[in-house]
Amino acid sequence: MRRLLLKNLVQGPLTEAAPAPDDAAIAELASHVNQRARRRLGRTLAIREVDAGSCNGCELEIHALANVLYDLERFGLRFVASPRHADVLLVTGPVTRNMREALDRTYRATPDPKWVVAVGDCARNGGIFAGSDACLAGVSAVVPVDLHIPGCPPSPIEMLQGLLALLDSVSADATRAPISTRREKP
Amino acid sequence: MNWPHSSVGREAWQAAAARLHAGEQCLLGLWGEPGCVHMAVLQSASRECSMLSLPCADNRYPSVGRVHPPAMRLERAARDLYGLEPEGLGDARPWLRHGGAYPFLPAEGESLHQIPVGPVHAGIIEPGHFRFTASGETVVRLEQRLGYAHKGVESLMAGASIERVAALAGRVSGDSTVAFALAYAHAVEAALAVQPPPRAVWLRAVMAELERLANHLGDIGAVCNDAALSVMHAQCGWLREQVLRAAQACFGHRLMMDRVIPGGVLSDLPADGEQMLSALVGFIRKQFPDLVEVYDNTASLKDRTVGTGILSSALAQQFAAGGFVGRASGRHFDARRTPGYAPYDRLPFEIPVVQAGDVNARVWIRIREVEQSLALIESILPQIAPGPIHAPLAAPSAAGAREGIALVEGFRGDILAWVRIGADGAVARCHLRDPSWFQWPLLEAAIEGNIVADFPLCNKSFNCSYSGHDL
Ligand code: SF4
Repeated sequence: MRRLLLKNLVQGPLTEAAPAPDDAAIAELASHVNQRARRRLGRTLAIREVDAGSCNGCELEIHALANVLYDLERFGLRFVASPRHADVLLVTGPVTRNMREALDRTYRATPDPKWVVAVGDCARNGGIFAGSDACLAGVSAVVPVDLHIPGCPPSPIEMLQGLLALLDSVSADATRAPISTRREKP
Repeated sequence: MNWPHSSVGREAWQAAAARLHAGEQCLLGLWGEPGCVHMAVLQSASRECSMLSLPCADNRYPSVGRVHPPAMRLERAARDLYGLEPEGLGDARPWLRHGGAYPFLPAEGESLHQIPVGPVHAGIIEPGHFRFTASGETVVRLEQRLGYAHKGVESLMAGASIERVAALAGRVSGDSTVAFALAYAHAVEAALAVQPPPRAVWLRAVMAELERLANHLGDIGAVCNDAALSVMHAQCGWLREQVLRAAQACFGHRLMMDRVIPGGVLSDLPADGEQMLSALVGFIRKQFPDLVEVYDNTASLKDRTVGTGILSSALAQQFAAGGFVGRASGRHFDARRTPGYAPYDRLPFEIPVVQAGDVNARVWIRIREVEQSLALIESILPQIAPGPIHAPLAAPSAAGAREGIALVEGFRGDILAWVRIGADGAVARCHLRDPSWFQWPLLEAAIEGNIVADFPLCNKSFNCSYSGHDL
């Protein structure tokens, strides 16, 4: 254990040591998300993930977002354990009939203002599962969707780009109170 | 190669159920279609696989679950999907189709309390409901309610083209996309008597081992994370990411979805593919031993994993638990050997088995399998000779419907695939059985007597698929 920790100390952060093209994209995203997140959302954006019947492929890549190479938290984006702590619901899957109520209740448990990001091709309209009796036609069949990130599954980089796009759409949405006002209250 | 298949009457069906009960054979799957119920079994002694079908015009058949509990959930699912009534099965509750109140099994006694969890969990995991009955800290009973991820995959497959069903098969459980696509491809190839070219067979094995590697690495880290050793999680996640990046570079998709297709594989390795893969193997070989050492020498971690969530060898045998769940409880079985398929018949590899059956044992089996997969990739690479990567599938046949069945070892265990291809060349029926069907019920048994706080650890050490099970 001590040897491993020592090695980690000496070798420096892995995010910099990783291969070139991906890291360039991450670095670019880092400055974008960081500025905007600070300006609009105070310091953090809390994300609650909801699997509404995915094949679990999207979950694998959402997990990857948190690994040391993508390190989602350095952007001020973090996953929380309860919808009551969340600003954003990140929803995957075509929304099965059996998950309809749970998704709806999770949405209602999330305080306003809130945003919904549908992740993956099947979250848009059912994707490959469209037409099944057991599925609804995507996340928007149950809750209003603010952004859709395409892909089957989208890569971690694409998800980061999507979350940046969300910040853009948040700023364009004049009908909703900016989250920063809520956070600045004593 | 297809398995012996017989159409039987009710007596022979019941006799097969009795042999399951007696342990003379193991259940590999039980599924249905309107007017017929099917069962696949493995002979315990001879290790032969076979399939039997019981036509039942009235949609009623003698329950197997009545005498052999591993069949119970499969029978409840077939009832939900096709209206097939298992006569004598004590459980009338739906399984995959929800709606209305669901009575959980009672647990009675002094000062018991219930803890309902899910279907939306605190972590980033799939949906399912767990109903704990606890006495103080100790779990007295866990009952699972699954089916939240039920997408109606079998009904989407019925009547679809061979290609579309391949895409669906690759999305039954995303973490096992290669293994499911492979199982389906084997079944189609058995039905149509098609031989994939040698290069495709090697490439398939590379993909299958990469998938095993990626999942084992990710899950070893995740188990440690659930025991609060986040440094292991970070390190294993880093290695896992290297595997996914190599998969992207070599096969064009991080999870290798849609790469295995009936008849062969979709895409060939790039010119420097073999080099990249041997570099990956070398890299993990270099990093992994340090992590194994940390796992083995961190007392606070071992304190959590040793003796926790013990699955008895008797239950593992009875439920024919596949994969590391079975092998950590003394069940010596790996579909790559039994019934076995190319190219593993030409490759040396070991099947690690231990007896302890606890979380620690399941982690160790996966550590050993990481080493085996690395060695397998290493021995496959020099053998990949140039050549075609896809064989054309036979044209629709006037001979009528053709059936194929196959068993493939995914990272989680053996996946059963059965397909019937109609005279028009489309898939008439397809059934894919995830290993989790037989592992989920064992988690209920393994958690008994453990503390509630150890459930995430036990659950992760099984890592059953929700989507793969819910179909
Ligand atoms: S988008 Fe693709 S990977 Fe994601 S859940 Fe749907 S089928 Fe699975």
